[in-house]
Amino acid sequence: MATILAVAESRAGELRPVSREVVATARRLADELGAEVEALVLGAPGVQGGATALAEAGADRILVAEDEAFGLYAPDAAVRAVQERCEATECVVVLFAATAQGKDLSARCAARLGRSLATEVTEVAIDGGVPVVVRPQYAGKAYARIRMPSAPALISLRPNVFAAGGVSAGRGEVEALALDAGMPRTRVTAFETGERERLDVAEASIVVSGGRGMQGPENWKLLEDLVDALGPKATLGASRAVVDAGWRPHGEQVGQTGKVVSPGLYFAVGISGAIQHLAGMRTAGVIVAINRDPEAPIFNVANYGLVGDAFEIVPKLAEEIRAIRS
Amino acid sequence: MKSIVCIKRVPDSETRVTIAPDGRSLDSSGVKYVMNPYDEIALEEALARKDAAGEGSVTVVTLGPEAAKDTLRSALAMGADEALLLRADPPADGLVVARALADALREREFDLLLFGKQAIDDDNMQVPAMVAELLELPCATVVTGLEIENGHVTARREVEGGHEVVEFDLPGVIATQKGLNKPRHPSVRGIMMAKKKPLEERDVELEASGLEVLELTPPPPRPAPEIVGEGAEAVPELVRRLREEARVL
Ligand SMILES: Cc1cc2nc3c(=O)[nH]c(=O)nc-3n(C[C@H](O)[C@H](O)[C@H](O)COP(=O)(O)OP(=O)(O)OC[C@H]3O[C@@H](n4cnc5c(N)ncnc54)[C@H](O)[C@@H]3O)c2cc1C
Ligand SMILES: Nc1ncnc2c1ncn2[C@@H]1O[C@H](COP(=O)(O)O)[C@@H](O)[C@H]1O
Repeated sequence: MATILAVAESRAGELRPVSREVVATARRLADELGAEVEALVLGAPGVQGGATALAEAGADRILVAEDEAFGLYAPDAAVRAVQERCEATECVVVLFAATAQGKDLSARCAARLGRSLATEVTEVAIDGGVPVVVRPQYAGKAYARIRMPSAPALISLRPNVFAAGGVSAGRGEVEALALDAGMPRTRVTAFETGERERLDVAEASIVVSGGRGMQGPENWKLLEDLVDALGPKATLGASRAVVDAGWRPHGEQVGQTGKVVSPGLYFAVGISGAIQHLAGMRTAGVIVAINRDPEAPIFNVANYGLVGDAFEIVPKLAEEIRAIRS
Repeated sequence: MKSIVCIKRVPDSETRVTIAPDGRSLDSSGVKYVMNPYDEIALEEALARKDAAGEGSVTVVTLGPEAAKDTLRSALAMGADEALLLRADPPADGLVVARALADALREREFDLLLFGKQAIDDDNMQVPAMVAELLELPCATVVTGLEIENGHVTARREVEGGHEVVEFDLPGVIATQKGLNKPRHPSVRGIMMAKKKPLEERDVELEASGLEVLELTPPPPRPAPEIVGEGAEAVPELVRRLREEARVL
């Protein structure tokens, strides 16, 4: 039977939420193709607990390889696992998350399998039995529609774009996968979190980004307060101007030379809306711009704009949001 | 240390993208081409290490059209020692590019093979890890910190929520991210010297692509923008809209 392989992602024995988006998308494609969904999970001992939940997202088989070495990204073992599964099944599509890990792993797998890869895909469908994907190019200034006729087609999905639910559950058979961590060529020896406990800007469903209009790093407490008011799904982002000025860490930068984000809600505060910034956020669901210059180009992409001083607007916004949340 | 840096000629990031009449490619008329900005970082890393060690060599390689010689010349002007042009129009399929590069690199000796993390035209983020896999070399992508001691590499790689530390022994592959260094500008002397440096060129046959580009379109239009109001007084109306109309709060 044709199989769609969904490659899940874990860290320190915890399944990463984006894995559900990958499995649920595999389910949708599998239903159309009359295929089954196999989820592949590498993780530290204990990962199986969370992995079992992938049944709800549509996994028919859940293959789990547990090893202390898989608490961190283990590229060589992961490539081997994907290759083995592609050979063991009649695999027609392999889906990855377009995360730092998924993009690295999918490229390695493509070379190993000798099959083409489409990265950061924002739409995927089946046309005449063949996957057809849509992906942004030129920093989102154009979208390419691409047919992928040679099986298996390797595809990485942009996080936050595909629904993690709304599919029928799969059979959810859990099997242990024997996978030797071995002596890898490339060794990931540590994961170090940033100073902040907040969500990464690429993973959050609400992003509050500040630009040069915030006038100095000391004023970020206003944006932090707004993020806190918006709750645990919100996080901070930044324009390059403020990253280059050293006000904020590079990990927060949104745009062409930063991260590409697709949250449901994006606040651009004191950001002019340069083309390179738009490249990183124009696929956000709802964009709110706060800028004192009514001519700022950010207003051309914003669903809602507020003209005025961020120093007056942001505290009021935090206050109003707290009021409706309580 | 011998380094090889793979660089790509790409449209400048300010380029206004217009679609060619074939409906499947970029209309290149009037487009200004530059060295991919991440590849400048990769090149700077190789040059800075050579400068610091006082020995070694830096070779730049590109797969591109005849005009990509300009990109190679600017790399030579920045300080690379020699250049190789693999003449072909690069396709959108990263695997095809990676195979052609890997074939050319197999004949060469090197310690460190550097790439940018991403080409800003196709935004593939594929070629570095693919070449590494094809050459059976270790590889770290999205690198923002790099230490090399006695042939042992310790790289910091940017991932969601923090950094990974990646280790391996040379020879190996690095794909560079912004933050690793600040690329230099070519000096006038560099530009003069570049003219005398070796630039090898050859045509390459590319394999058929596994990706069929059906069409290239402008991005889907965003809903009509709207100014909700001015100043703090407009905040309650904004919050109401976000809740009731957009349903995102
Ligand atoms: C190759 C390349 C790559 C790049 N990559 C990126 C990238 O990844 N991300 C990115 O963001 N940029 C990137 N840039 C830079 C980009 O071109 C802009 O320079 C940058 O985005 C500007 O940042 P900004 O909007 O914060 O600052 P500015 O353009 O200076 O805008 C500040 C805005 O704040 C407003 N303002 C001022 N005071 C207030 C106030 N009190 N209240 C409200 N509003 C106020 C102003 O009206 C103005 O619109 C890149 C550039 C190049 C050439
Ligand atoms: N045609 C090419 N010639 C040389 N290097 C390339 C080419 N295409 C991509 N690369 C290298 O691979 C990196 C990633 O490109 P990509 O996978 O296309 O996003 C680039 O930053 C370059 O270092």
